[in-house]
Amino acid sequence: FVLSPPPPKNLFLPMLCGVTAQMLEEGSTLLRRMEICVAEAEKRNGKNTVNMQETFTVYLVETRPMDAVAEGRNQAPDSLWRRYSEFELLRNYLLVTYPYIVVPPLPEKRAEFVWHKLSADNMDPDFVERRRVGLENFLLRVASHPVLSNDKILHHFLIEEHGWKEVVYETGFQAKADSRLRALSATFRVRNPDKRFMEMKHYSDELQSHTSQLLRARARVADRLYGVYKVHGNYGRVFSEWSAMEKEMGDGLQSAGHHMDAYAASIDDILEEEEHYADQLKEYLFYAEALRAVCRKHELTQFEFEMASQELVSKKQQHEELSTGIVRTFSFKGMTNKLFGQEAPEQREARLKLLEDLIAEGEEDVQEKTVECGEHVERAWVDMHRFKEQKDKDLREALINYAVMQISMCKKGIQMWSNAKECFLKM
Amino acid sequence: MSVGAPRSLASSGQKPIAEILHPLSAAEEQLSVTVGGDKEAGLTNGTPVETSSPASTSSLLNRLQLDDDLEADIRDPYAEAAETRDLFVTVDDPKKHVSTMETYITYRVSTKTSRVEFDLPEYCVRRRYQDFDWLRIKLEDSQPTHLIPPLPEKFVMKGVVDRFSEDFVETRMKALDKFLKRVADHPVLSFNPHLNTFLTTKDLNKRQGLALLSKVGESVKHVAGGYKLRARPAEFGAMGEYLDTFNQKLGTIDRIAQRILKEQSEYLTELREYGTVYSSWAGSEDELRRPLEGVGGCVTTCCGALEDLGDGMSQDILPVLREYVLYIESMKSVLRKRDQSQAEYEGRLEAAVLRKQEDRTPMPLEVEKCQDKVECFNADLKADWERWQSNKRHDFKQLLTGMADKNINHYEKCQAAWESLITLLQDKQTEDKTSETN
Repeated sequence: FVLSPPPPKNLFLPMLCGVTAQMLEEGSTLLRRMEICVAEAEKRNGKNTVNMQETFTVYLVETRPMDAVAEGRNQAPDSLWRRYSEFELLRNYLLVTYPYIVVPPLPEKRAEFVWHKLSADNMDPDFVERRRVGLENFLLRVASHPVLSNDKILHHFLIEEHGWKEVVYETGFQAKADSRLRALSATFRVRNPDKRFMEMKHYSDELQSHTSQLLRARARVADRLYGVYKVHGNYGRVFSEWSAMEKEMGDGLQSAGHHMDAYAASIDDILEEEEHYADQLKEYLFYAEALRAVCRKHELTQFEFEMASQELVSKKQQHEELSTGIVRTFSFKGMTNKLFGQEAPEQREARLKLLEDLIAEGEEDVQEKTVECGEHVERAWVDMHRFKEQKDKDLREALINYAVMQISMCKKGIQMWSNAKECFLKM
Repeated sequence: MSVGAPRSLASSGQKPIAEILHPLSAAEEQLSVTVGGDKEAGLTNGTPVETSSPASTSSLLNRLQLDDDLEADIRDPYAEAAETRDLFVTVDDPKKHVSTMETYITYRVSTKTSRVEFDLPEYCVRRRYQDFDWLRIKLEDSQPTHLIPPLPEKFVMKGVVDRFSEDFVETRMKALDKFLKRVADHPVLSFNPHLNTFLTTKDLNKRQGLALLSKVGESVKHVAGGYKLRARPAEFGAMGEYLDTFNQKLGTIDRIAQRILKEQSEYLTELREYGTVYSSWAGSEDELRRPLEGVGGCVTTCCGALEDLGDGMSQDILPVLREYVLYIESMKSVLRKRDQSQAEYEGRLEAAVLRKQEDRTPMPLEVEKCQDKVECFNADLKADWERWQSNKRHDFKQLLTGMADKNINHYEKCQAAWESLITLLQDKQTEDKTSETN
């Protein structure tokens, strides 16, 4: 058994995703066998579902077999174009098909948590670029997941451009989707959900709340910081004007003014870089939602099991009453019997037989639901644990990177002011 | 500097104006000298210093102790003056005095000198703002042709500013110190007997009464004078223009600095909130608790550093800017006085010429005296202007460098905090890894 070498560290490994060579060694995921990336974005014009002209963006998904890379063959990658809506379709399919998996999220549909200078326009090139990175990150996460990476629809998505949509719809996944109402009802009425899942659900609420708070606060801070830097640009102007009326001080003032202008301009790059940090936080904001979905699915399966059990108990009781004649609970039939007389023995037999059939069905049902619920609990617990480790690692790295960014910002600031100081000293 | 003649106000003396080297012309000459020029330290009345004199040697030694401006280039007359300084003054140690009538602050004024005009080499007295004001008025009266440095604002609105707050007292004290140092460095003003009194007398109170009257008198004279000039010499016109433009620029810089303070304060508010979110998130995590708390802590540290920066700016930078505005006002008023004296001369001259044409009387002495006065004024003013320009250059160099330093310091503090966080987190990482493999 030969281990294939780790993938080359080039642009095929994006910044966002915490996928490392180590992770690839664990389990034979798709990513071990294939290099995936979302290389470009392009604008297209076409007609939408209501036959109106629209402009949309497509993203180039490139794939290349890993052994080709390993052998150094400079093979051109296979590629196809996908729209954001197709990514959404893929994800929805995965959500329904693997309800026990915390499915990686897509980058946001619309720009949120923007601070004023940042464009909220979906066509804005910066937004498109960040989305490209986010989509690539999504694919890499899915392709490195021990369960999701084996999905045929996923493979199809990566390889076959045309006809993919039809194949997805043919799976009939939409019919399997749980109705919102059912899910909600289950949340309220379930009696004995697994404690660990309830804790996890509570945690997902906390995670969502904190990440969104943080994103909002960060956007406000970015806004203000932008203002502080930009006002310094005014020094540039006034120093320049002032230098014109001075003899010895002129040169020093003029150069210092240039440095103040540079300082004011430096904030643009700084905040642009910080957007990557915001994107990492956003990923986990959306991940929180996926985590909660798994918990809700548990509530649903548990609830359905409880309902099925209850149903079975009730049928058994009815059968007992009918066969022994002892009425334990109030029933309409019982009342009518009392009022209008008992039914004939043939009818009673028929009813007993029906009940026995129903009980047999019910027992099968309960059996099914037990298995379903149990399997979900088991698999989901494994994936939630995997998710937790991934989250701890990713966010820790994100925080360290944030600190690195702050240090870089401080260094730039020191540099600029030192340059200005040198000019002042020459005044 | 030992001089035989009894000390009086530096003036033109008995020689014709044109022949005498102006008291401050030594400074003037230095300005036009290029690199490596031979500097001749000159006395205030133009006679070269006798380097063998013991007093001057000790003055050089004194200079080495207290001068904090050694880095200034040779050409800088400000440094020039520093090297021949023999009078050092300091204002410090503010103390509150509570009496039945009023509460006020006094400052310690310390003097070190080797000048013969002073009986002792060292003095230490306590003075309040009123006393500085008295000194300034006296100087203005006795040296009308010279630019007197400004004092910090006299009146503060009782409700708005706390006259006894540490910050206010500190700021005011620095301004008073600067005022006194500027006077002590001035080749003419420093020999003024009122300065001597101010620095040496224990109790100034008895002399206060006269101050108010003379101030009123002076301002009346200003207003009454008409300034119908034939032709103002170009250089003084240029000075006036420069001052107006400079005033404008200073105003702009002050506004920018204030705006930055405001923006920074709003940024600080958001930053504080931002830091608390990290801390509260840490509460719901286990593995991530430490990194999150760490980031929250760094943000808090940065908040502290930012606060210090803001305080530094409002205490050290803004007051100096405002003080220069006052300085400009002083300078402009001296220019006006000069104009007035020129107008007076021209008026009398005209009148005398007319009379001469009528009855052939010789040019009256008073007209000549007026002419002397004008020329003296012009010369004093030109010299003071050069001096002011070089002081301005030095002061703004210091001010702007200080501002840069404060900002650098702020970033250094923040950088240190973030760097120590990374070290902490990375140590923990290697710690975890080794415990995993064990």
